[in-house]
Amino acid sequence: MSALRSVGLALLAPLIAVVVSVLATTIVIAAAGGAPGDFWSALFSNPLPRVRVNIVNQTAIIYIAAVAAAIGFRMGLFNIGLEGQYTVASFAAASFAGAAYLSGFANVAVALVIAMAAGAAWAGIAGVLKTTRGVSEVISTIMLNSIAITLVGYLLNRYGVHEGNSVHTKYLEGSSTLTGYTPYDTRDGQVWALSLLAVVVGVGFWVLLTKTRFGFDLRASGQSESAALASGINPKRMIIVSMLLSGAVAGLIWMPALFGGARSYGTSFQVGLGFTGIAVALLGRNRPLGIAFGALLFAFLTAQSNTLTFNSDIPPSIIQITQGVAVLAVVIAYEVVRRYRLRLEQHTVARELAPPEKEASA
Amino acid sequence: MAQEVDAVQLIGIGKRFPGVIANHDVDLTIRAGSVHALIGENGAGKSTLMKILYGVQRPDDGTIRIDGQEVVLKSPTDAIEHGVGMVFQHFMLADNLTVLENIVLGAERLHGIGDAARAEVLSISSAYGFGLSPDLLVEKLGVADRQRLEITKVLYRGAKIIILDEPTAVLVPQEVEALFVNLRELRAAGNAVLFISHKLDEVLAIADDITVMRRGTTVGTADPATATRRQLAEMMVGSELPSPATAESTVTDEVQLRLDGVTLTDEAGRHLLDGVSLSIRRGEVLGIAGVEGNGQNELVEAIMGMRVPTSGTVTFGEQDVTRWRTRRLREAGIGYVPEDRHRHGLLLDSPLWENRILGHQTRPPSAKGPWINRRGARADAQRIMIDYDVRAPGIDTLARSLSGGNQQKFIVGREMSGNPALLVASHPTRGVDVGAQAAIWDHIRRARREGLAVLLISADLDELIGLSDTIEVILRGRLVGRFNPGSVTPQDLGAAMTGGDEA
Amino acid sequence: MSRFSRSWMLVAVGIIAAFSVVRLVTGADQISSTGTLRAALVAACPILMAGLGGLWAERAGVVNIGLEGQMILGTWGAAFFTYHYGPWVGVVGAALLGALGGLLHAIATVTFGVDHIVSGVAINLIGAGAATFLAEAIFPDLEGGGPRQLIGLDTPTKITIPGVSDAALAIADKHWFFVSDLAAFVGALTTGMSTLVIAIFLAVALSAWVLWRTRFGLRLRSCGENPQAAETLGVDVYRYKYVAVLISGACAGIGGASLALVSSSGFNTGQTGGRGYIGLASMIFGNWTPGGLLSGAVLFGYTDVLRLRDSHAVHALLLLVAIGLLAYAALRYWRGQRRLALVVAAAGAAFLLWFSLTDTVPREFTSMTPYLTTLLVLALGAQRLRMPAADGKPYRKGSAG
Repeated sequence: MSALRSVGLALLAPLIAVVVSVLATTIVIAAAGGAPGDFWSALFSNPLPRVRVNIVNQTAIIYIAAVAAAIGFRMGLFNIGLEGQYTVASFAAASFAGAAYLSGFANVAVALVIAMAAGAAWAGIAGVLKTTRGVSEVISTIMLNSIAITLVGYLLNRYGVHEGNSVHTKYLEGSSTLTGYTPYDTRDGQVWALSLLAVVVGVGFWVLLTKTRFGFDLRASGQSESAALASGINPKRMIIVSMLLSGAVAGLIWMPALFGGARSYGTSFQVGLGFTGIAVALLGRNRPLGIAFGALLFAFLTAQSNTLTFNSDIPPSIIQITQGVAVLAVVIAYEVVRRYRLRLEQHTVARELAPPEKEASA
Repeated sequence: MAQEVDAVQLIGIGKRFPGVIANHDVDLTIRAGSVHALIGENGAGKSTLMKILYGVQRPDDGTIRIDGQEVVLKSPTDAIEHGVGMVFQHFMLADNLTVLENIVLGAERLHGIGDAARAEVLSISSAYGFGLSPDLLVEKLGVADRQRLEITKVLYRGAKIIILDEPTAVLVPQEVEALFVNLRELRAAGNAVLFISHKLDEVLAIADDITVMRRGTTVGTADPATATRRQLAEMMVGSELPSPATAESTVTDEVQLRLDGVTLTDEAGRHLLDGVSLSIRRGEVLGIAGVEGNGQNELVEAIMGMRVPTSGTVTFGEQDVTRWRTRRLREAGIGYVPEDRHRHGLLLDSPLWENRILGHQTRPPSAKGPWINRRGARADAQRIMIDYDVRAPGIDTLARSLSGGNQQKFIVGREMSGNPALLVASHPTRGVDVGAQAAIWDHIRRARREGLAVLLISADLDELIGLSDTIEVILRGRLVGRFNPGSVTPQDLGAAMTGGDEA
Repeated sequence: MSRFSRSWMLVAVGIIAAFSVVRLVTGADQISSTGTLRAALVAACPILMAGLGGLWAERAGVVNIGLEGQMILGTWGAAFFTYHYGPWVGVVGAALLGALGGLLHAIATVTFGVDHIVSGVAINLIGAGAATFLAEAIFPDLEGGGPRQLIGLDTPTKITIPGVSDAALAIADKHWFFVSDLAAFVGALTTGMSTLVIAIFLAVALSAWVLWRTRFGLRLRSCGENPQAAETLGVDVYRYKYVAVLISGACAGIGGASLALVSSSGFNTGQTGGRGYIGLASMIFGNWTPGGLLSGAVLFGYTDVLRLRDSHAVHALLLLVAIGLLAYAALRYWRGQRRLALVVAAAGAAFLLWFSLTDTVPREFTSMTPYLTTLLVLALGAQRLRMPAADGKPYRKGSAG
């Protein structure tokens, strides 16, 4: 198949998804009595400086979340437990950093390590349950999500700092807060310093997948369990290591926010990133670059939709529908394109393989 | 004398698939009230023919007559309506449902799903002595009972022509006897039974008529009253065997692989491998002949580290590798050409150069330490394509797009890279076109000259006799006969493979 | 059959006795009071319907993780339609919206062969987003409504059986051993019991009958056990999967309706709180049977409710769990599974210790109960759990033979 055709087919699915989600969103807005035109013009208006900063920050953390999900997906493991993993990790890291045993960059560095370790450990529980008892990681990670949230809630309540109606871990000292990059006015906010983690994670993911033996084993296990087994890959080991890696990356999800301005784990904690990450991983087909575009898209949509309240009377939550439909549409579109592609190839092969006129008889 | 109408007549049946002619000029006549055996080797075209008779496939040529009337069978439903029932070799049963539920599924309008149906099942069961309990969960049934359940399924739907595909493949001798008793009852009740098998002793014991197939067509009939096993074997495999290559022997004295008393039992305690002892020397090709399902797969898995033997030892060179896992064995120098290349040999949706890495991802040229050596893998993939004449647009082509023969050539090339000391080749030229097959054989011979030891498992007698230095026959997990390819006769081989000489 | 129901009787008696003992020992009357029991039954309903929905789908071989999203759509639908047309139309509306979510899932998984989990995750996103949006867009204009809620809705009628109810309540108040607890249970069933709750419990029984005693049910189950075999026997597997998933979504929707109309005072964004997943958990806990599912849902509903009672009651629960674990350990020991029995007994002893050494239990721990229980059941009972054989496996027509 020609390169052009190949590229075209690869882009076809996301294109279909975009068209479908645009269509669906428009219909829903119209049905709810809104004006789709207003909506789309507001959405694609030039983002305000404050919003731009927000988009960059959100893209970074969504990207990290999506990579964490993708590591599992590549192997056919459904790590739905990102939510719980990064909750546990963020709490652990914030508690440590707030306690200020160290200061300055060392504090940050060790906190990051703790975050990764905590996330990995939480994910590891599901991995161990799967390899030793055959428990489906889908159910176990969902259960662990809720357990994590409840557990952290309890610990926070018990050991956190109560301030009026809210409770949080100890604030970070000034030296542990990293200054970000302020492209506009100070009041427009700063791009978090640790947003760069997203780049590190992305590059690391890409290197892992394409350049390492482990990455090869991972991809092979995801493509064909039987071929992987015959080639010498140990499936149990793969499951455990993948879950640990996935959890470790998940641990980093909220770190840019923590060290960029939140300064503690508490009411400022952003929930839902785990599920957003899963959605974006699916959207980006578990590829480093695809995920990047997906993360940017989702961050853009969410950030812009928040300005809708000012420009139109369409509630911002419409964007959740757009995003959800986009994910469903893209996975269906991928299946359709895949089957179409397969049929094309089979026709090509059949043509080449046309039986010669005379066949050797018995 | 009134002419009795034949139950089934197949005339001139032909069926083609892309690249392969499965059936041509097939003629088969089954008398009413008889047990008719259809025999032939694997790949002789028996299953395709049965699928045609059961409506799963449509024939390209020929006619089907049932009870004297010409019929067109577009689906299994049509076949069932004409009284044809099929018991597949791989049972179609839902373990978590009861016997009754499995039987009435899809045929609820006949007797409902309650007491009336139960009564009908019990009446069929007692009429033929099946002894089925309708409310038992199928998962509790043993193999022989499941088979009786499948037969009851077709009888419940009013079948008068019952096709049994390799029914004794999974039964032990006592169960075979019990099955034959059931078949005689069915015959006595006027049913026609088509019994597909390649176990000649059983066929002679139960059949009233025998038809032989070879290479997609019917080559003759036989009368069980007068035919012998040897005659049947000869019809099945052909009266001439290929002459082996007369090159001088390359077998050395150094033993590369040795199995001592290797036994493998499954959870039910059955011996999948039973005290297997063999040795392969450097420069030697040991061929394992046998009907499928007699332990060949388990032998391969035991040697390749995918299953650990229950007892016995496996020695590779000087080392005891009985407990080694696959990766370590491969790294030690064992190459593996799997039987099912799609499931075990390739990543179909990956390009060829990535498939070069598969199975070899811990060694050069594919790897350098923990890193994948992309350049090395690509260069070597290119080399394999040239050396082994793999026809494909390039090393970036997806493996799925290649023809079976080219896929197999690539796999052979890959497994021969890195100078393995032992090659385990399981049906290496199955589904491969003649040209590729010849090429693969040449490569194996060349490597053998250079000292490679080869374990060759095959159902293709041409291949076994043409390549092997020694042939062992495996039957029910045991090695039962050792032959010299230069002097073996097809009758001997066929007899050993089908266990005719066993009590 | 009688042996089966006899063992159930024994278990029921055992449970009531255990409750009674704990109540008398700890003085925590709340753990088996009429109010608590009724609230537990009500709280069990959304979980029960979600689990039932999961059961329908998985019995046909489709894994429906999207129950949460379908339930959320149900809560919105119930609120909207009840506001305009009354509670029972609200329930129907909820079922329809849930089924709509199910339809999306069916299209994705059955027709297009998308992975079941992936599709379910997407459905959850859509369901949650749709309900949030539609609430924000429509509810503020309604009376009793705001951007994230709609309260003050009509509820389905509540039934009280006069003579029985009074008698039961009177006996329950006496706090006698065993009899009062039994009376409290009877009282809960006969006092102010919502007709929707009754309907839901009937739906479970109906589902059991349909799935195991009708042709439709047999064919549907065969699709989840061995679709290839079903296909060779002439069953239209695609059609049955579609129907099953639609019913599944409708069940989840009705679960949402019970949440909005009976458990709570109306619609609130995010009120489902993961009950869709807990429903799946109760399905697994119940080994994919309606009866087991029912016990799981009631168990989870009970812990849900107890969390809101006073901490004394929650603390008493520890003793109950300890007794339960020790009894289970004894059973396992008697059946010959020594090692398992010891492990469970150790756990029971741990709970006993916890009970005696503390005065209160942090609230959060009880809300973890459903999740921990599910993990435990999955981890320990993996061999005895039997999901439909072809559950979650992709199926394409013509793959037989």
